[in-house]
Amino acid sequence: MSRYTKEQVAKLADGKLDWDTTMRMLAMPKDNERFALFVEALQKKVSWDDKIVLPLGPHLYIAQNAKSKQWVTKCDCGHEFGDYRENWKLNAVVYVRDTEEAMTEVYPKLMAPDTAWQVYREYYCPSCGTMHDVEAPTPWYPVIHDFEPDIEAFYEEWVGLPVPEKAA
Amino acid sequence: MNMMTHKETGFANLLGTGQTLKQYRDAILERTKESGHYNGLETLALREADPIRYEKLFSKLRGGLVHARETAKKIAASPIVEQEGELCFTLYNAAGDCILTSTGIIIHVGTMGAAIKYMIENNWEANPGINPGDMFTNNDCSIGNVHPCDIATIVPIFHAGKLIGWVGGVTHVIDTGAVTPGSMSTGQTQRFGDGYMITCRKTGVNDTPLRDWLHESQRSVRTPKYWILDEKTRIAGCHMVRQLVEEVIAEDGLEAYEQFAFEVIEEGRRGLSTRLKAMTLPGKYRKVAFVDVPYAHEDVQTSNAFAKLDTIMHAPVEMEIRKDGTWRLDFEGASRWGWHSYNAHQVAFTSGIWVMMTQTLVPTQRINDGAYYGTEFHMPKGGWNNPDDRRTGHAYAWHFLVSAWTTMWRGLSQAYFSRGYLEEVNAGNANTSNWLQGGGINQDGEIHAVNSFEASSCGTGASAIKDGLNHAAAIWNPEGDMGDIEIWEMAEPLLYLGRNAKCNSGGYGKYRGGCGFETLRMVWKAQDWTMFFMGNGFMNSDWGLMGGYPSATGYRFEAHKTGLEQRIVVGDSLPLGADVNPDTPDYERHIDAGARVKRDHQCMTTEDCYENYDLYLNYLRGGPGYGDPLDREPEAIARDLNNAWLLPEYAQKVYGAVIRRDAKGVWSIDAEATAKRRAEVRQERLARAVPTREWMHEERERIVTKHASGQVKHMFATSFGLSEKFKAQFKSFWNLPEDWDMTEDELDVPSYGSKYRMDLAKMPDVRTVTLVEE
Repeated sequence: MSRYTKEQVAKLADGKLDWDTTMRMLAMPKDNERFALFVEALQKKVSWDDKIVLPLGPHLYIAQNAKSKQWVTKCDCGHEFGDYRENWKLNAVVYVRDTEEAMTEVYPKLMAPDTAWQVYREYYCPSCGTMHDVEAPTPWYPVIHDFEPDIEAFYEEWVGLPVPEKAA
Repeated sequence: MNMMTHKETGFANLLGTGQTLKQYRDAILERTKESGHYNGLETLALREADPIRYEKLFSKLRGGLVHARETAKKIAASPIVEQEGELCFTLYNAAGDCILTSTGIIIHVGTMGAAIKYMIENNWEANPGINPGDMFTNNDCSIGNVHPCDIATIVPIFHAGKLIGWVGGVTHVIDTGAVTPGSMSTGQTQRFGDGYMITCRKTGVNDTPLRDWLHESQRSVRTPKYWILDEKTRIAGCHMVRQLVEEVIAEDGLEAYEQFAFEVIEEGRRGLSTRLKAMTLPGKYRKVAFVDVPYAHEDVQTSNAFAKLDTIMHAPVEMEIRKDGTWRLDFEGASRWGWHSYNAHQVAFTSGIWVMMTQTLVPTQRINDGAYYGTEFHMPKGGWNNPDDRRTGHAYAWHFLVSAWTTMWRGLSQAYFSRGYLEEVNAGNANTSNWLQGGGINQDGEIHAVNSFEASSCGTGASAIKDGLNHAAAIWNPEGDMGDIEIWEMAEPLLYLGRNAKCNSGGYGKYRGGCGFETLRMVWKAQDWTMFFMGNGFMNSDWGLMGGYPSATGYRFEAHKTGLEQRIVVGDSLPLGADVNPDTPDYERHIDAGARVKRDHQCMTTEDCYENYDLYLNYLRGGPGYGDPLDREPEAIARDLNNAWLLPEYAQKVYGAVIRRDAKGVWSIDAEATAKRRAEVRQERLARAVPTREWMHEERERIVTKHASGQVKHMFATSFGLSEKFKAQFKSFWNLPEDWDMTEDELDVPSYGSKYRMDLAKMPDVRTVTLVEE
């Protein structure tokens, strides 16, 4: 198994890691300590003090609110989307491209979907306007609750880390 | 005197143990079920006692399988096999469980295994008999094959009079004698138009193909020369592998070989669980994919009125990874199968998943049925991916298979990201189309059919650390290749007027999806020539990831009465190179003003006539993007512009880039002005967006009043018809009234198949093999 330094993992998180090391990461068995190093690298990048429990996306996290100890879904900018078990998209703002005019803002008409078949739903952070997700379903499709992680089992049984405190 | 003897009709005792093959297989299944280990193997005795010997056995067999593939494919003349590598060879134990496979189209680990299991379940050993030197041929989609053009040759392997296993070889043939030419045809609505269908038929004895088979099969397809060379390819490869097994047994003994043949499957099962624990994290992941079936259009000609409707195929998945390293893939909610050729057998769907997994979760050489035994599949009967009617067509099952699997790719990528394994993240893959197909009389004056396999090099999805690859790969063949122009021009009466990366086809993002490519083809020296289009157009089947956009959709361009013959004579300008922006087309400026041109989203058509000098654009799709496009580095945007991978308009609109072009035509980005512009774009986003729950009120009203296109309502109606659970979840999410419903009956479209269906299992003397929870 390969091991990597904090600096290497931080560079990976920034998309700046050299290709030789990246190739080693792809080819060799996985390093179980990566998770802790990754979280540590991200923790240094965010502007808030809450502990990152689980990274969800380039600007989205499950974090432990420093005061309440509640686990919440949280944006880079500090905006909280509510309890981590809820679908954060329901607490975001959304722009739905459901007309030809809106679709052709992002692709030439012949390279964009026909909105009678498919729409794009862009979910933004209500505070900073970061686009966290683009859904591309048919009209009527429920907002998808993509991911319900079993964080306790992951920490305790898979990576051998203490589970961060969680308020009931 | 005129009857078969006991030898032909009686108990064959192939295993030399007094057991039938079915009894043998049932016992393995029972031991697996009871113990949770393949064949009850709680310990891997050979591997633990002598790991070096075990690894040597592995290396010999795996190396021999790859060698057989690489050698045998040189026999083929079809570019699909010889250039694209659309073949593979797989070794099975006597129960039909895969031990190891070669490189190539490894979906057939499962499909050929399903054929062997079908022979076992239906007592082939009694009739037609299974003997040393026999060959069986199968391409039957109702017992597991993906589509009829994947022809499998299956050879039993005997040692000292005892059946010890099987070897299967498969090639993707260029034509199957379907209603229309090309290997994956459209227009037929049922199996009966899908082409020549062979059900585990004994086609050879004493290592020699039977003459009736040779005569019948070659005249059943349009391309007999390619067909027979493909057959020789498969037979040669199978016999190489059989000889390899004989050599291994001579060297290591039968006992060690058979022990290995079971232990390696259990090792594969354990390996999957290990990889799940090493790379993912426990939890539930939900994803969905769709694809369009636009059959109402006049350019789709079907033989049945009941097939003339627009529909959408729907593939939701809930992937549950448990803390003990097991997992369950639940496909409840899939839409019903349809009257087209895009349905898939359960084995095509489940076995194909491993093609994808070898490119992400289990990138090892130890691909076998262990991964199948390590996975729980839930696939309700009646869906497009597990039809409950024996009439269903499957010729172009890939239309949705490739996209339906991307749901799992995105789910796994969420896991990789959250664990910090960013190097493994992949937003998905392209809808691997267009498929240029057709036929007629070719440049050599022969009846011919074509299926351009350029689709084996579409754009790949972006990762979390870099862009996707341009015109690089297809999900269904990790060893795919777009092929050389010179070879395609020999195989097809179609000259290349251009082959370029497809501008703006990759999904935008911090890291963009790989661009596809496009080739402009001109019909040349053909007679009575036809072609058609196959791909997605009105919908995108692949989503972006974590703020990235889906790739561009498809569109079609074709031109007739172009006047190119005369333009070439007089030296006038010609349509060459790329169709850079289809909304401001340039090709039309270089063909006659009176040319008949089709530019639209209708990317699914049936056979249409083409004259020499007519044009056809083969546009291969791009891959989806990753991350918010506003995070893309200015240098990367400039690189995209200078390589014609991105239209300037969308550099500005989507990436928020402030761009400029110098006198030499070189693009650059004003980084400072771009940063300011991006801040404005964020504010513009917030100005146009509404709280999600507010939007949901509006959307709910549209559902209550049933305001949607017919195809959207039809998709939901067929999914609801198969799954009360999916319907209940839908109604619960939208808080719909108790009496709200959506059925096919209330839609003003044909509803054939909505009520009356007959499965293959209901035919007399047929025992189907079910390999998933239904």
